[in-house]
Amino acid sequence: MSMPFYVSPEQVMTDKAEFARKGVARGKPSLVIECDVGIMMMAENPSTLSKIGEIYDRVAFAGVGKFSEFDQLRKIGVRYADIKGYAYSRDDVRGRALANAYSQAVGDAFTQQLKPLEVEVVVVEVGDSTLAGHENNAIYRIQYDGSISDHHGYCVIGGAAEELSDFLSSRVRDGIPLGEAIGLGKSALERAAEGEPSVDVKNLEVCVLERERQGRKFVRLNSDRVGELLSA
Amino acid sequence: MQFRGSYQGSSFSELLAVDFSHLRLDWSDLAGGFDASAVPHGTTVMGFKYADGVIIAGDRLATMGHRVASRDMEKVYPTDAYSLIAIAGAAGPAVEMARLMRIELEHYEKIEGEPLELEGKANKLSQMVRQNMPAAMQGLGVVPLFAGYDRRRSAGRLWGYDLTGGRYEETDYAANGSGGIYAAESLKKTHRLDATREESLRMAVQALVDASDEDRATGGPDVVRGIYPIIDFCTQNGIERASEKEIETVFRAIIAEQTSRRGTAS
Repeated sequence: MSMPFYVSPEQVMTDKAEFARKGVARGKPSLVIECDVGIMMMAENPSTLSKIGEIYDRVAFAGVGKFSEFDQLRKIGVRYADIKGYAYSRDDVRGRALANAYSQAVGDAFTQQLKPLEVEVVVVEVGDSTLAGHENNAIYRIQYDGSISDHHGYCVIGGAAEELSDFLSSRVRDGIPLGEAIGLGKSALERAAEGEPSVDVKNLEVCVLERERQGRKFVRLNSDRVGELLSA
Repeated sequence: MQFRGSYQGSSFSELLAVDFSHLRLDWSDLAGGFDASAVPHGTTVMGFKYADGVIIAGDRLATMGHRVASRDMEKVYPTDAYSLIAIAGAAGPAVEMARLMRIELEHYEKIEGEPLELEGKANKLSQMVRQNMPAAMQGLGVVPLFAGYDRRRSAGRLWGYDLTGGRYEETDYAANGSGGIYAAESLKKTHRLDATREESLRMAVQALVDASDEDRATGGPDVVRGIYPIIDFCTQNGIERASEKEIETVFRAIIAEQTSRRGTAS
């Protein structure tokens, strides 16, 4: 009779965490920066498969890691938000509730499933100056094990996140113009791109949650517009 | 609230049906004998093509039998940046259908990453009208008009529907609701595909005035309360709503002309 292998729970968690961290680090980072018009989200992404997506009027999503996994999370988020807005009101769809739900789902997958999700996501909500109590921006980062944190000013997810955060921390300031935020994001992403000194504007995926826009505030900028803003 | 459902597709109404059926009213369970005149009904909506695209208009009156239920009901709703729905029929299910339609289009666009084609949107609405059939059988029918600017074909397009979800693309104009027949008669005389924005606005107001003149359930412009029809233009630049001021000016010009024609001008 053979004895079953004993693996300590600690070891299981460590192995899973290492596996997930490696998966996340393989992909390129994404970042968000609060700016004068709202919140700018950026990813280096030469493909047409988006890493950044609209969730609801004031809420957006960015993911890194395994595309199929974070895109599935994005879709779950859209369904959650649309149902909530339909059952209650559009103003009831908030970033914090969604970020908590993601945290639960990703955390459950980490503890209960053999293979954890190889993803890291960020949920952002732009404030609405006309709604009391909803004026402030919010940025939430959810990691592969479900741990959640909130951020102010900027946030980086994916490989080299800590290093890029250090880079941004000394450079991001309140009310930075959109063009400058894009420039800053681009230089941060260039630091992560090993051996490639520059990132082509065509390979940048840039989206903005515009505070002053009516209704759906999510806007995807095409590369011409990004180029214009960078040279302005 | 449930976070992760079993539905994997891109339709909001299917998502409701599969994972959130408690949020939907299933009309098929309700036995007959319902007094349809006990709920508000929306009356006249119309739409037609013109030089820049398409125009959609609706009066503001909702009636319950012979009673006024609301004087300022909205019957024209943008469903996204380039399409509109106008609703006639039982107000509750109709407004709900307009709201669902908007969410449906937005939901599809977010999940799939690109919007439906205009024809696809019109077809989706057809299914929603068809799903309302059990309610229609109890006198709570909804007959919408759907219009939009087709950016791939650079043209305004317009669809009418019947209670069974039948969908008919119109070449010129369409009207629905209790006063719809009179609005259509009016448009038959005035409508031109090459009309300018100003001419179109006048045609629309004239048709609604004519409808309200013949149909007691259709509300004309209410200058006392300052309630005017809703008239939306949909062109390659998106949707633009005519201002109340603008409609009032056109309405007063029409009244002045009718008065002088009768020789009763003071």
